[in-house]
Amino acid sequence: MSASTAVAFSRLAEIAGEANVVRDPARLAAYCVDDKLPAAAVRPGSAEEVAEIVKLAARERLAIVASAARTKLGIGMPPQRYDIALDMARMDRIVAYDPGDLTLSVEAGTPLRKIASTLSEHRQFLPLAVPFMDRATAGGTIASGVDSPLRQFYGTARDFTLGVEFLTGEGIAAKSGGRVVKNVSGYDIHKLMIGSLGTLAVITRINFRTFPKPRATRTFVAAFRGAEAACAFRHAIAKSALRPQSLEILGAGGDGASLLGAQTDLRFEGDRWYAVVSCAGNEQVLERCRQELAMLARNAGVLDSFDEVSGGSREKIAASVAEFPALILDRAPNAAIFKITTLPTEMADLARAIQSIQTPWVLVMRGLGVAYLALLPVAPLESECKRILGRASTPPWRHVTLPWCPAAIKQATDVWGPQSTNLALMKKLKGVFDPSGILSPGRFMGAI
Amino acid sequence: MRPIDTLNAALTLAVAGDYSGRWSGDSGVFPTRMNATLIRDLKKTLGPRGVLHEPEDLMLYEYDGSVEVARPDCVVFPRSTKDVVEIVRLAGRHQIPIVGRGTGTGLSGGAIARNGGIIVSFSRMNRILAIDAENQRATVQPGVVNSDLSVAVEHLGLHFAPDPSSQKACTIGGNVSENSGGPHTLAYGVTTNHVLALEVVLPTAEIFRLGDGAIDVPGYDLTGVFVGSEGTFGLVSEITVKLTGNPEAVKTLLAIFDSVDDATETVAEITARGITPAACEMMDGWTLRAVEDYIHAGFPVDCAAILLIDVDGLREAVEADANDVAAVCAAHHAREVRVARDARERDLLWKGRKNAFGAAGRVSPSYYTQDGVIPRTKLPATLRRIGEIGKKYNLQIGNVFHAGDGNLHPIILFDQRNEQQFRDTVRAGDEILEFCIQMGGSITGEHGVGMEKDRLMPLLFAESDLALMRRVRDMFNPANLLNPGKIFPASKGCGEIYVRPQTTAAPIA
Repeated sequence: MSASTAVAFSRLAEIAGEANVVRDPARLAAYCVDDKLPAAAVRPGSAEEVAEIVKLAARERLAIVASAARTKLGIGMPPQRYDIALDMARMDRIVAYDPGDLTLSVEAGTPLRKIASTLSEHRQFLPLAVPFMDRATAGGTIASGVDSPLRQFYGTARDFTLGVEFLTGEGIAAKSGGRVVKNVSGYDIHKLMIGSLGTLAVITRINFRTFPKPRATRTFVAAFRGAEAACAFRHAIAKSALRPQSLEILGAGGDGASLLGAQTDLRFEGDRWYAVVSCAGNEQVLERCRQELAMLARNAGVLDSFDEVSGGSREKIAASVAEFPALILDRAPNAAIFKITTLPTEMADLARAIQSIQTPWVLVMRGLGVAYLALLPVAPLESECKRILGRASTPPWRHVTLPWCPAAIKQATDVWGPQSTNLALMKKLKGVFDPSGILSPGRFMGAI
Repeated sequence: MRPIDTLNAALTLAVAGDYSGRWSGDSGVFPTRMNATLIRDLKKTLGPRGVLHEPEDLMLYEYDGSVEVARPDCVVFPRSTKDVVEIVRLAGRHQIPIVGRGTGTGLSGGAIARNGGIIVSFSRMNRILAIDAENQRATVQPGVVNSDLSVAVEHLGLHFAPDPSSQKACTIGGNVSENSGGPHTLAYGVTTNHVLALEVVLPTAEIFRLGDGAIDVPGYDLTGVFVGSEGTFGLVSEITVKLTGNPEAVKTLLAIFDSVDDATETVAEITARGITPAACEMMDGWTLRAVEDYIHAGFPVDCAAILLIDVDGLREAVEADANDVAAVCAAHHAREVRVARDARERDLLWKGRKNAFGAAGRVSPSYYTQDGVIPRTKLPATLRRIGEIGKKYNLQIGNVFHAGDGNLHPIILFDQRNEQQFRDTVRAGDEILEFCIQMGGSITGEHGVGMEKDRLMPLLFAESDLALMRRVRDMFNPANLLNPGKIFPASKGCGEIYVRPQTTAAPIA
């Protein structure tokens, strides 16, 4: 460490207070990203402190990775450099909530659970049923761009993030959007932040549109022999007047069947696939959904069971779907979990292609054409991962990335898959926001 | 003095300072830079019918649906992406500004060549290239008229959700550039929520494909930042959009109020009860009378305000929501709540709503409309403030707007021959928008900033916000040849507004 770097680290304590700076390697282990440790962690309490820290880092060319609950730091490539862990957990205030306007403004480190409990007092919610729900924060959810089963009806964060305040890589405070539900003043820069893994800016505050909670919801499960039948059910629902809250198709192979079976109380052997559908509305609407889904399931060749699931098993199934990556990683820390996007009409082809994989697997396909595939290795699986990533852009594998995998795989594999044809534009954008390249360097695609 | 300006006695005002307006005919900001070589090359690429450059032809392209005026030096009509590339290449070589344009229904001067140059009219790139009903998406050229796409997929039980009031004329390319809304965006979202992919031509004359038919394309959301960039990043040459399933049932309610406050409080209460109507529009008494004279939609003419509310979805949900909405209206002293009996009655009510601005155009020589947004709980206070501002300047202001999402469209009536009145009109408009910002709102909900509200951007954004946005623009558009003079306040700090008589008016979203 150079003398000036040492001085820089001591400046962190001046900015955020001695108690909010961590230099002890044992405690720094908590901030590890893909086996890389920072030299210091700092816990700012305000956007002004964040600005001072980023300015300091820019001046000293120190690399920053922002995080809060640290549940999704494994997404992306390892940072090329990692000097300061910017821990946003102290920035956990709900700055404004106007239930009558359906708008909410929170600091980036605000836990989603805290948001949920505040909103539920007014029978509202944020439709982000994302993985690691018990710990995840608003900022990490936006920066990682994770989706949720509720996108079937509500869309993704992209559709209800109204504005963002952030600091560029030069420590300049800026914002885009606002706090009203409809707004076309200026460019939608907040859309760039979603899924950017902190490579463009440090998000300090996020404005969301909130939604009224449905009066009641019901979850239905239908079993099918073969993915084709389950997908046919999905297509029939899409053509119907029903507008489910979520619609997922689950399948598993090899030891994956027992893992997913234990989680959901469903049996996955013998090419059994399940469609899980949640609907919301008043009693008449839900009864109509039950009857119509039962009919559509029969037409698609439903096996023994078409059930409304309730109580504990409903929670188990819902958690398996929403917490998919978390749940798999909890049981199988060496799992590799791919995100695959395809067209709805190609979902059955995708399932068929996955069934030929020899490694034990678990698959969750969302009704809109996003799938999460977990491989549960008995041995190292670099070559298998490379082979699957290499399929990208050949239908039904339209896009393939590997958001969760052991750090060892990243040494030889680009988890972002084949390079985007727009990489040059993305690199230029990175240059606009973070000219000295100190924000999460290397974690994004194309080593951005 | 140019003929069109003489004809219209166009009024030029310096608006940034003290409104020391001056009568002026010449709106030429930049001298004409077109030369014979460029015209010849454009004609070689596009054919003689693909290029307009005679003054009498260019007159038609001086305007859009706003009060702004500026003349292009030439108008070109590409038929393919290849043509667009060639136009951009030639314009770049001659350093001539380029402005994309659909059908010119915009309301913020977005499609006007403020600094002269080439207008690229997409009216001949109007083919629907692919409809994929199974995956609910369509790929179109930018010149496809918004409602033409919905008509083309109607037999499949689908539609394109963004529905600006000008939807029978405006183009999807224009919708993408402005991130247009419409009444039913309350439940369905604005244009950006329905765009999956874009093919764009950047000023380097390179073609980029942002996104594709699949969702969640890895990488930065370039599509998301491009939508609503008002033609300042590149020209959009192809668009893939989501199609939305038609609802099984729709009910349209007309709630009639004797007090504007009762109507606006009803809107807040509907939201508070957790009901999300498909659309929730308000018209005040003045607007209703103007509309009724014109459309004969069956609106009451002796009330203070009406709400026009659509609920849609499953039959069972619609029935319950309609009852709940009617109960809220009654609790807030609605004089009467009517339910449209059939599609014909419903269409007539909506025709009345969507032609409100045409109606205003019939009774006033000119009007100026705003697009401010406020949190919907601030509707009562804001409507009262608009009334006060009207009284202060002795101006008639009509209100017709998307009440459900707090997106106002006050229509200020004026006579362009009265210089003082025009000045007061601009002042009143600015005061309304300043109040919207005070209420925590925005200066534009769906019309765009364009050249109309650029001077107001500093009220909403700090210099650092604007500087970053400029840098993003410069990344795509480094020489600022694409739609220059839009969105950002002029560095000189002195914008100009031109006005023309507005006897026929474009419908408004």
